[in-house]
Amino acid sequence: MKVRDFFKKYTMVIALVVVFALFSWLTGGRLLQPQNMSNLMLQNGYVLVMACGMLLCILTGGNIDLSVGSVICLVGGFAATMLGKGWGTAVTIIVSLIMGLLIGMWNGFWIGYMHIPPFITTLGGMFMFRGFGRVILDNKTVAISNKSFLNVFTSYVPGQMTAVIVGVIIAVVVVINTVRSRASKAKKGYRQNSIASDYIKAFVIAALIIWYSFKLKAYKGIPVMLIWVLAICLIYAFITSKTAFGRYFYAVGGNEKATQLSGIDTKKVYFIAYANMGLLAGLAGLLVAARVGSVNGSTGNSFEMDAIGSCFIGGASAYGGSGTVGGAMIGALLLGTINMGMSIMGIGDSWQYVVKGAVLLAAVIFDVISTEGQS
Amino acid sequence: MAEDNILVMEHITKEFPGVKALDDVNLEVRRGEIHALIGENGAGKSTLMNVLSGQYPYGSYTGKVIYEGKECHYKRLSDSEKDGIVVIHQELALIPMLSIGENMFLGNEIKNKYGVIDWDKTYSEAERHMKMVGLKESAQTLIKDIGTGKQQLVEIAKAFSKKVKLLVLDEPTSSLNDEDARMLLDLLKEFKKNGLTSIIITHKLNEIEYVADRCTILRDGSTIETLEKGVDDMSEARIIKGMVGRAMDDRYPEREHHVSKEVALEVKNWTVHHPLYPEKIVDDNISFHVNKGEIVGFSGLQGAGRTELMMSIFGKSYGTGIKGELFIGGKKVTLNNTEQAIHHGLAYVTEDRKTNGLILKESIRFNTTLAALHKVCNHGIIDVDREVHEAEVMKDEMGTKTPSVEQKVGNLSGGNQQKALLGKWMFAEPDVLILDEPTRGIDVGAKYDIYCLMNDMVSKGKAVIMVSSEMPELLGMCDRIYVLSEGKMAGELTAEEATQERIMQCIMDVNK
Repeated sequence: MKVRDFFKKYTMVIALVVVFALFSWLTGGRLLQPQNMSNLMLQNGYVLVMACGMLLCILTGGNIDLSVGSVICLVGGFAATMLGKGWGTAVTIIVSLIMGLLIGMWNGFWIGYMHIPPFITTLGGMFMFRGFGRVILDNKTVAISNKSFLNVFTSYVPGQMTAVIVGVIIAVVVVINTVRSRASKAKKGYRQNSIASDYIKAFVIAALIIWYSFKLKAYKGIPVMLIWVLAICLIYAFITSKTAFGRYFYAVGGNEKATQLSGIDTKKVYFIAYANMGLLAGLAGLLVAARVGSVNGSTGNSFEMDAIGSCFIGGASAYGGSGTVGGAMIGALLLGTINMGMSIMGIGDSWQYVVKGAVLLAAVIFDVISTEGQS
Repeated sequence: MAEDNILVMEHITKEFPGVKALDDVNLEVRRGEIHALIGENGAGKSTLMNVLSGQYPYGSYTGKVIYEGKECHYKRLSDSEKDGIVVIHQELALIPMLSIGENMFLGNEIKNKYGVIDWDKTYSEAERHMKMVGLKESAQTLIKDIGTGKQQLVEIAKAFSKKVKLLVLDEPTSSLNDEDARMLLDLLKEFKKNGLTSIIITHKLNEIEYVADRCTILRDGSTIETLEKGVDDMSEARIIKGMVGRAMDDRYPEREHHVSKEVALEVKNWTVHHPLYPEKIVDDNISFHVNKGEIVGFSGLQGAGRTELMMSIFGKSYGTGIKGELFIGGKKVTLNNTEQAIHHGLAYVTEDRKTNGLILKESIRFNTTLAALHKVCNHGIIDVDREVHEAEVMKDEMGTKTPSVEQKVGNLSGGNQQKALLGKWMFAEPDVLILDEPTRGIDVGAKYDIYCLMNDMVSKGKAVIMVSSEMPELLGMCDRIYVLSEGKMAGELTAEEATQERIMQCIMDVNK
């Protein structure tokens, strides 16, 4: 691979490394402290979860879902209220997720089957669900005191050493997988990447995992929320890259007419993108409620923008048809790192908004210019 | 110069990647005449007019454009309009939600010295020009509220507002009924008396003798001849001969005929209505069949309803109010969506490969498997290694020239894109393959490869339907040819009885 191709393929990874190094230096290494490293993932857990759903919407043609911040308020508020009324943990979680799914199906129905523009549909949803949320909360802040519910999301896996053990196991699995995949390709006579690029990639990932597991060990161990978040990311990375179902999102965004003429139900694809977004927004609502410990009428305000921003910064095309879960994760972490770095430095919210906005704009400008250059 | 020529185009050659659209074309237009430009679809008429108007800027073609005795270097449309050359395209460039007056002065607004639009003057000027073309409407009427015939008049009035000296009309009557068409032609003759020069592109051959003083015939991007009224024979038969009279050589691969008696696909009394204007009938009571091992062609002019017919059969992808019966392998079926159509063994290779056929930003691999993704899946999970392998097999079979199946389809040449598209549908293993203009805009070599693939298909007992506007290719490839005209079945010809003249005759008979 030429140097130029390498930079092009890993632009955002490089950007993340540069931003990370910059803030590590600016904060005098405080960014790298175990507590901050652990919190970086937890603070941004809801963004990562929603970015997975938002990516599917964006893939269908640059469409976004503006209502997810309000869904967080509604579902989170519902869960907090019901827990307060004595509902059990399991029932609350299941009903809340169903509620998120139903909201998503509502959006998906209008967008997919009635051809209402997503922007309008979800803008309407943004107001409506925020309103419903406030009705349920009765305009108050509702605190969550149910310990077992909080534990499901905010506790730590017992034994700090397990972090390292799990980390090493995952790292080994990553390397073994690379070996096996190469062997199977060789056996069937398929084309493959060069040995160097495959193994360098595998070892870099493995090293990062082990490094991070030591950071977790040094703080409190593996946070349960991290497991939730990573599980969602892995599931969606798998769906989008390995399944026929995931492939359809790229096809619709690439050329809807051609996809429809290839025997694919494009309306259903839109419907599922938004239904799924609702489900994940519901889950994000539970994560936020549990992490903050309370819900009020402004919970989740503008959270949709974090999810949308993550996808675009992570290389999803503003016109649809391209983007990956991995990219969206990098986008979310990039935003998260900027936030955390500036907070540690004591720079206020106002400037964080300015920087976040500038990074988002720069990423999309870069995407548009680099695709134009190709054609 | 003996003749007073307003326009001379000399040795015009224009190439697109992979195709020579115009090859040393010459055109002379005399001042004050109506000059008809004719030829089959793809003969290069519109391309020539785009060269004239500066749509294809100076430098993107070779040859000379001499207008009013001066060589022109038009870089854009507005350059030629400044000199009084106005081209009215087949698809009218009017904005439906704006008024006639607003449309007429769009981009050319009448403003006072402060740059504010003077609406009173705009509308009175508009109505003055409208009177010239005999359009009795208020200038404030919205474009969407008047019919196509009147919209055409608005375009001409707009041309007058630009002080037109040379008016080019690209198929002005194709969407008009006979009465409106005749009125428009009479109007052109009226303008001629006032000294306006017009070039008219048309497919309706009966109009030519009526309106034109001379006509130039193009074929395959070359000038064939110019006929003059009163000097040469300008009858329809004579023009048809000029349009299609090309020597047939072995541009079509030999094939053993193995048409089976078994019917693969049969359509009975098929009627399709326009999706936006449900009262308009696009295909009217059409019946046809194709046997196993047979290549059946569909001929007709643009707008005859061929694409619409095929798309409506392919899972109701076009039209509303579809009526009729469909039999596949002798069994009656109802196909409500494309998924069912593919499931029943149909494949439809679209006319417009870029907008309806391929996903340009994705790889050959991605495109190849899209219509039959289940073939490389285990329980919904794609086996990418197998997918790459299958795509490579298909690529070799089609002869697609590309370094790798990971190549983006958008980066391929037209011929290779067409092969990638065919590969996609071959991978779906259809029993009936419908090809809509399969060789449009691709070079001779790629055409030959595609013909060979069609022959392969039928030798395996599959059925092929080919919709094409190129008559020679239908004659060269098909066992039988159906002719459609204006949504009606105009004729059915066997390979032995079919000639270009007879096909044209079928079309003309229905038009009359």
